[in-house]
Amino acid sequence: MHIPDGFVDGKTALAAGALAAAGLGVALRNVRRSFPPRRVPLIGLAAAFVFAAQMLNFPVAGGTSGHLIGAVLAAVLLGPSAAVLVMGTVLILQCFMFADGGVTALGANIFNMALVAPGVGYAVFAVVRRIAGGSRRSLLLATAFASWCSTVAAAIACAGQLAVSGTVAWGVALPAMAGVHMLIGIGEAVITTLVIAAVAGLRPELLRESAPPEGRLRYAELAAYGLLVALGLAVFVAPFASGRPDGLEQVAAALGFEATAARAPLLAAPLPEYVVPGLGSGVSSTVIAGSVGTLLAFGLAYLLARLLTPPGAAGRRGPPHGGAPRASAAA
Amino acid sequence: MHQLLLSPYHHRSSPVHRFPAIGKVAGAVTLVFTVVLLPRTAWAAYGACGAALVLIAALSRIPARRLAKKLLLLEPFVLGVAALSLLQPGGTLVFLSMLAKSTLCLCSIVLLSSTTRFSDVLRVLWRLGVPPLLVTSLALMYRYLSLLVDEAARMHRARRSRTFSPGRVLAWRSSATVAAHLFVRSSERAERVYAAMCARGWRT
Repeated sequence: MHIPDGFVDGKTALAAGALAAAGLGVALRNVRRSFPPRRVPLIGLAAAFVFAAQMLNFPVAGGTSGHLIGAVLAAVLLGPSAAVLVMGTVLILQCFMFADGGVTALGANIFNMALVAPGVGYAVFAVVRRIAGGSRRSLLLATAFASWCSTVAAAIACAGQLAVSGTVAWGVALPAMAGVHMLIGIGEAVITTLVIAAVAGLRPELLRESAPPEGRLRYAELAAYGLLVALGLAVFVAPFASGRPDGLEQVAAALGFEATAARAPLLAAPLPEYVVPGLGSGVSSTVIAGSVGTLLAFGLAYLLARLLTPPGAAGRRGPPHGGAPRASAAA
Repeated sequence: MHQLLLSPYHHRSSPVHRFPAIGKVAGAVTLVFTVVLLPRTAWAAYGACGAALVLIAALSRIPARRLAKKLLLLEPFVLGVAALSLLQPGGTLVFLSMLAKSTLCLCSIVLLSSTTRFSDVLRVLWRLGVPPLLVTSLALMYRYLSLLVDEAARMHRARRSRTFSPGRVLAWRSSATVAAHLFVRSSERAERVYAAMCARGWRT
């Protein structure tokens, strides 16, 4: 999802850069205020960890393999502000040292992957956690669903930026990005949940340490990121939400209807069942695909959480993250 | 290949390497912004920028094969995003100009990272007033990056040599366990790093 240089224009880069700088500023202030000093080096090390974890291969069908993105993993392990900082650090280093992601697109990349992804992810995580209670199963359910939502949200923000820049038309960018990332999100959810389940088994106290000290601070933190994310969506996505029929009609007229019909299956190939052929319009089928996909992802997340919970740990007994600390035997 | 990506700096004694880091960073960033803001059909300007980059690359005396290999490693990401623009009316022109722009920007950043030590870049960031916490995190990340990558590879290898049935489910589980162990180890290491930092007089 790293946008290279040349794909976002000046005004988008400026807007995204301002939002990213504001987000990093809020995160820095929060971390300085509420993170215990002895855990400060952990941000740099967690950034190195996210980078190293991104290099682990997860084999998918046919010789291809996927990898972790890690925003929700960082948010669940360290809390939202530290996660914003960790992901921001990873992106800055990738941009300047490894030329992965452009310099002018750095703001956009930080906005998508270091603000939207952990912000949306942690918000979903907190809400599901609140509804589903404090058991280990709810921890895994919340993690899985949050990972999926954060991946899709970041992809939508990315599509919006490409469309506002005039690089890729919205009618192409949204179905392509959102559709593909609905599938990638499933992989991300499975990996993140497996990792969290393993950490909860190995060293549950690490998870408890990052859990909020039940205060108002966490909500104030989330509200600040929520505001920034909402602002960004208003800038990058809202123009298309209002002018959408127009833009699409234009595209359809320019392509000719046969061309649209011929291209639709190509774009929506990852989600063939959700495209409603009678409606024809890419947007309505995307919306339907989106809602069906969200429900499906929640169902899958629930299944995953059930599968990964040991039989005894599902109940409400014990501390939030369940299980007694076990000495790590594998050294 | 993994070495090529993880330690981009390549030492040579050349005027480009000796040039002050702040000048190189400023130059690369200016070049990138200029290329991005150029109109889509300014092919002559693209050519000029490309010639300048080739000249700098020649001056830096970094083996051309190394630079080409790095570019080839990074180009697929650019192509992936650029391919999206082919799916719209008049997309070919957009595709070509995007490709030219991103390749030029890629070249300048690859050159910058091959000729400048990351610690010098950090010093520039520090002098520009980037918050100390961010600079510290970047420095720590860079310091422990190859260490953690190697540790992950080692754990993965150890796991693989003890696992005889290569099922996909097992592969996912073992990779996830490696990641979990990696996190546990890096958080333990962070505490040791903190103790070492305090012992050397670091204060928040």
